[in-house]
Amino acid sequence: MNVLVCISHVPDTTSKINFVENNTKFNTGGVQYIINPNDEFGLTRAIWLKEKQGAQIHVVHVGSAMADPTLRKCLAIGADKAFRIDTPAIDGGAVAKELAAFVTANSYDLIIAGRESIDYNGSMVPGMLAGLLDIPFIPNCVGLEINGNEAVAEREMDGGREKLKGTLPIVIGGQKGLVEESDLKIPNMRGIMQARQKPFEVIAPQQASAATQDVLYEKPAPKADVKLVPADDIDQLIELLHKEANVI
Amino acid sequence: MSVLLFAETENNTLKRNAAEVASYAAALAKSLNTNSLAVAFNADNAQDLGQYGISKVYNIINAPEQFDANVYAHALSQYISNTNATHIVVSSSADAKFLAPLLAAKNNAAYVPNAVALPNKLEPLTVKRTAYTNKAFVHTELDAEINIIGVGNNSFGTVEQFVDCVVENDSPEHTASNLDQVSMSKETGKATIADADVVVSGGRGLKGPENWHLIEDLADVLNAATACSKPVSDMGWRSHDEHVGQTGKPVSTNLYIAIGISGAIQHLAGVNASKVKVVINNDPEAPFFKAADYGIVGDAFEVVPALTEKLKAFKAQS
Repeated sequence: MNVLVCISHVPDTTSKINFVENNTKFNTGGVQYIINPNDEFGLTRAIWLKEKQGAQIHVVHVGSAMADPTLRKCLAIGADKAFRIDTPAIDGGAVAKELAAFVTANSYDLIIAGRESIDYNGSMVPGMLAGLLDIPFIPNCVGLEINGNEAVAEREMDGGREKLKGTLPIVIGGQKGLVEESDLKIPNMRGIMQARQKPFEVIAPQQASAATQDVLYEKPAPKADVKLVPADDIDQLIELLHKEANVI
Repeated sequence: MSVLLFAETENNTLKRNAAEVASYAAALAKSLNTNSLAVAFNADNAQDLGQYGISKVYNIINAPEQFDANVYAHALSQYISNTNATHIVVSSSADAKFLAPLLAAKNNAAYVPNAVALPNKLEPLTVKRTAYTNKAFVHTELDAEINIIGVGNNSFGTVEQFVDCVVENDSPEHTASNLDQVSMSKETGKATIADADVVVSGGRGLKGPENWHLIEDLADVLNAATACSKPVSDMGWRSHDEHVGQTGKPVSTNLYIAIGISGAIQHLAGVNASKVKVVINNDPEAPFFKAADYGIVGDAFEVVPALTEKLKAFKAQS
């Protein structure tokens, strides 16, 4: 079984979010980048497939060499081969088109991407990829089993869960639940050493066109200080929520 | 040119978010000087969209009983081309985020989710949306013949505007599904985190699952959904379905009440889109107070039952 895990490279959650060039670009200065958490759950699930059922695990990223350390980390965690499609990721649509061309050229049985990246939170790439390839797609996955050429996956929906079954190849939007946080694979020294020998290919893009463009960033207005209400004056809280905030 | 919205349904009834999506679509159509149409699947009350300025609804009466993203996206694509729709409006629910990327790929459309307002420019179409998990906004230009906007939950609100609404019941040919449902579990008769106006959320400060009646009683009075922090779901006190935060469900509700939650940055990232945040915590240094609008420093075991009782009395009079 050939498994492809799509990797986003995102600022760590604790990073300060600032913008430069008249608020048109994200300030990468001093920002620590990590594997997108939703992708990391998918990567560990893929490695379990390799350990238990046998599979080749490839990882792919669309973007610049800035993400190379992140892809090396994926190899150290246990992926067999890394690819970077060398083009800036302008929008979800363009990334999905690059990935679709890559998947078509390399034939994968299972493609796992994160439910969303934690920088743009678009939830766009996995669905668009499945739409372009015209293959089944299951988002927000909290469980995945592969039996022969069939995938059974459970998705979280608003107020419940739905278990769905589809024929491979399939695209999965992964998240916590696919594996738990305590299950996440951490690179050990042996993995890091091995990663240096593993194949890492930089490939030329399709030059897919983007349909959207981010033109300006804005930070939320600074928050007013919290209004503290004494614990023995709950009527005051109810009054504030009713008359001032207008929410009850 | 026309504006077309996807009105979501559940058990043959329009979902609550259909009103907000319809309000947004009607306002967008007005600014574009065109009309707004809706497509609904198995909606017994499709004409209700007339309350929010929608004059025509195509109601597909032979749709699969359960939401099926691929089948629905194929059907919607036919209506997009038949009505020359240029602007498509959907919600940011789990189902809409399932469907919209498929729809965008099929129609070579531009798509942005999590919009917080009407487009601030029509030419080129520019939409403000949340980014960096609610730590920033980004203005995005959409430059395709068909542009899909996903409206963030509770970001636009509902605007009542009564018009005559014509419902056309249709039975188009459907594409075959590429997924089979094995099972579904859904809490019925309970507000969901995605759909509720109010979410009451509990953290480690509640000391154990046996104390969750405090959260549930308060939620009942407010007709609120219940949620929890990550440690609570990790320890198995509550199901992962209730976990809100960066790796859990996003919350963008009108009122978020956090009880015994210290406010780790990952938790705040997931709930920051909520309009009003109330924090009840016995630790005055809890970081959540910095992100809150109202706070009570006190023992949840005393404050919460008192708040529940007082709210009961308040609701009874109002």
